[in-house]
Amino acid sequence: MRLPRLSLTLWALLLALGVWIVARAHYIADLSAFLPRSPSPTQQLLVQQLNDGPASRLILIGIEGGQDATRAAASQALAAALRSAPAFLSVSNGEASSSDKDREFIFQHRYLLSSAVNAEHFGAEGLKTAIADNLDLISSPAGLLAKSLFRADPTGETLQVIDQLRGERELQTDHGVWSSADRTRALLLAQTRASGSDTDAQEQALSLIQAAFARIESPALRLLTSSPGKFAVDSRATIKQQALRLSLLSTLLIVTLLLVVYRSLPALLFGLLPVVCGAVAGIAAVALGFGLVHGITLGFGVTLIGESVDYSIYLLVQSRGVSGSAPRGTLWPTLLLGVATSICGFASLLPSAFPGLAQLGLFSIAGLIAAAAVTRFVLPQLLPAQVRMMDLTTLGKRGMRLLSARHLPLSACIVVAALCVLVLFLDRGRLWNRDLAALSPISRDAQRLDAQLRGELGAPDLGSLVVISADTEQAVLRLSETAGMRLDALAADGLVGGYDSPAHYLPSVRTQEERRASLPDESQLRSRLAAIGPELDLQTDALEPFIQQVGAARTGALLTRAALAGTSFALAVDGLLWSQGERWHAILPLRGVNDLSPIRQILAAVAGGQLQVLNIKQETDALYSSYLTEAIRLSLSGFGAIVLLLAVTLRSVHRLARVIVPLLLSVLLVAASLALLHVPLSILHLVGMLLIVAVGSNYALFFDKRAHDADRTTLPLTLASLLIANTCTVIGFGVLAFSSVPVLSALGSTVAPGTLLALWLSALITQRELWA
Amino acid sequence: MNAREALRHGCGAAVLLLPVCLCAQGARAPLDEVMSLLAQHRHAEASFTEEEHLSVLKQPRRSSGRLIYDAPDHLEERTLTPRPQTLVLDHGLLTMTFHGRSRTLPLAQYPQIAPLIDSIRATLAGDRAALERTFELMFSGSLEHWQLTLTPRDAQSPLTQIDVTGARDAVSEVSMRQRDGDQSIMHIAAAE
Repeated sequence: MRLPRLSLTLWALLLALGVWIVARAHYIADLSAFLPRSPSPTQQLLVQQLNDGPASRLILIGIEGGQDATRAAASQALAAALRSAPAFLSVSNGEASSSDKDREFIFQHRYLLSSAVNAEHFGAEGLKTAIADNLDLISSPAGLLAKSLFRADPTGETLQVIDQLRGERELQTDHGVWSSADRTRALLLAQTRASGSDTDAQEQALSLIQAAFARIESPALRLLTSSPGKFAVDSRATIKQQALRLSLLSTLLIVTLLLVVYRSLPALLFGLLPVVCGAVAGIAAVALGFGLVHGITLGFGVTLIGESVDYSIYLLVQSRGVSGSAPRGTLWPTLLLGVATSICGFASLLPSAFPGLAQLGLFSIAGLIAAAAVTRFVLPQLLPAQVRMMDLTTLGKRGMRLLSARHLPLSACIVVAALCVLVLFLDRGRLWNRDLAALSPISRDAQRLDAQLRGELGAPDLGSLVVISADTEQAVLRLSETAGMRLDALAADGLVGGYDSPAHYLPSVRTQEERRASLPDESQLRSRLAAIGPELDLQTDALEPFIQQVGAARTGALLTRAALAGTSFALAVDGLLWSQGERWHAILPLRGVNDLSPIRQILAAVAGGQLQVLNIKQETDALYSSYLTEAIRLSLSGFGAIVLLLAVTLRSVHRLARVIVPLLLSVLLVAASLALLHVPLSILHLVGMLLIVAVGSNYALFFDKRAHDADRTTLPLTLASLLIANTCTVIGFGVLAFSSVPVLSALGSTVAPGTLLALWLSALITQRELWA
Repeated sequence: MNAREALRHGCGAAVLLLPVCLCAQGARAPLDEVMSLLAQHRHAEASFTEEEHLSVLKQPRRSSGRLIYDAPDHLEERTLTPRPQTLVLDHGLLTMTFHGRSRTLPLAQYPQIAPLIDSIRATLAGDRAALERTFELMFSGSLEHWQLTLTPRDAQSPLTQIDVTGARDAVSEVSMRQRDGDQSIMHIAAAE
């Protein structure tokens, strides 16, 4: 009794340790499951932008229904409410809302910020033109605001800077607030303090918006919101809800089935023990191996039920014969080989750069080993000597009659396989879905709304960016300025709608020095004003504040990042300019771009190596596509490893074919069916195919073993256990197939029919030897 | 109807109206009449000349151009001299275009300048309610030659007073005085 007691103690300790790790593990449910583990610098930027970039903080808001005026009033009320909430850094709805701090910053630093400032601008002629233009403005009724600035800023630099910072975004306004072009929607843009990857904070920000809108109490109005954060919140909720509901449903169905078959509660509970232990071990292994657990990995937890529940079914059913004596001797080697086969398959996922896939690999390996070990070493100790359960020989015999009717000759297998390959070959162009959106649990409606609001607001999407990298902050800013000049030219040609740049808020030291140096000294300025005064009828004495402030700017300090503190521009710069290690990076988000190639061409001339023009959608799709290619390669090598393992163990070409052919054929049939149904295959279908091989290999090995051994007495029970195990798998995955989360339904719709086919084909292929 | 009958009708009407006029705070009736006359215009075009006295300039600044009005809330001021410049107020949105550049301001958000521009629009539209929201109204003169003085209710307004002069349904002069001492006079002549 020493060994059993030792194994039980060890098991209890390991289980406790596992539960402790699982309880303390860090779980995340964001996009990073789909982002590379060890990214290249470009990918790092991509990840950074997706998670924390300025675009990730934007919430697009629309208000629909009611009258124009009601919508406008609601927009103002909502904006006012949100502006007072600390969760939001800024809320724009078309109202002039720049804070006093912003205005003061612009006014104070106007000679360093204004792109109009150069020697010519302050020369005799330039000064005259600038002042004359500004006189036109202040003499018009609308110039009343600018009038108060005239004595200090007769050249209108303050307005120039405001125009520069506002960019070219011109939105339709209705009743004083932004509205869609068809005037059916009031539009707002909120920027959250928290980054887009902080899903909890995003959820809070969204509910703040909901609550503020509810307080407006206009029943005719409808609130629409969309943001990367909302997508994250919604997909987390969907995955959570579906993973929970569907695994509950499949657990319920499997438990009911096992209860009906076993007619014994203890048998059922013991049967589920390996599953639970496997799940704990799987999560603990991922937490230890990766430091954090992706929510999506947990979503796949159900895959483990699919295989690990089988182990205890084999044990319980096959060891409880009529006599009660266990033929465990023949069970373990076959089961062990089945586990090893599965591990070979899942191990191929471990090196994947796709963290979701790598975690799934580790989760499954650890889970299966734990489940098998518990089945082998713990369960037999725990099982009461007499578990009263139904004798399943009859079920096995009935199954035998069903399956022994036909034999599937190898030639037929080859024909079917060839047909499948032909279907896949003909469909090869659209066989794989290389669009990352294929994995997104966000509904098409939500994606459409997002595109619509984004278009109407002209908001920067996770679209096109110019990324600039250099060794120093100043070098990055100078490059941003140079790129900005080219972009200005492109904007004038209509090739770029607009862009934002950190240099708009924080010009490089060199540019600031140039601007400062171009300001005339006091005597020069006085004499120039004296010269143009009579022509413009200027009361030059009135411009004394101007002369003083230009003088102060000439000798004053340059603008630093610290001077931005407290303005809304500080945040803008934080999002656009940052350092990472030794390198500095800046991004210039582009608006209204249809074709990146002319932009790439022109900007490449500015600073080839230090500048990149990216389209995030294209980049992420390329990234996903590379995962897919990698996953295909890894799965094939996993399959190769399985073949090798079986060849070494079975030492017979005939037996190897008997095991491999049904598995291969099942995979081919499922893939061909999906192709015929025009379901483009994603990375999850591939994982599903791997699962078909992992689970199906158990069936194939059992049939092979029985066909190989002369002894046929345990055949009915073996068959019964396989039938029950397969039914459980089909139930578990069949339920997943109905999920609206694409990753789950892809997995379900592949594995459920695939394992059923594997069982059936394994039986047909071994028919002659088994039942002859 | 002969002359005698007409006279008698007129007298009768005058006798009937008299007590009403006395009850209704004197000057308001002609103001309402001017307002309702103005409100009948659906479309109007006029030429204007403006003289502005700005403290930063030694000489008054003169400009001229056209005014175009479409009831109830579209007003354009097209300055032609000394330099072209357009100001369009439409549905509460002010768009200024000059030197090939245009800026758009939602008027409602600029309480400092809103009264200045809306006073002209509301007067032309005969929208007494709108005028009374922002100004104290004082009407003097007769229907044939009236003067309407608008004083902003907001003591902080950069405007101190607007005087609108007109005859029946035609506005002929708008003068504005600003808190900083600057002022302007716009003469309006109906265009053909």
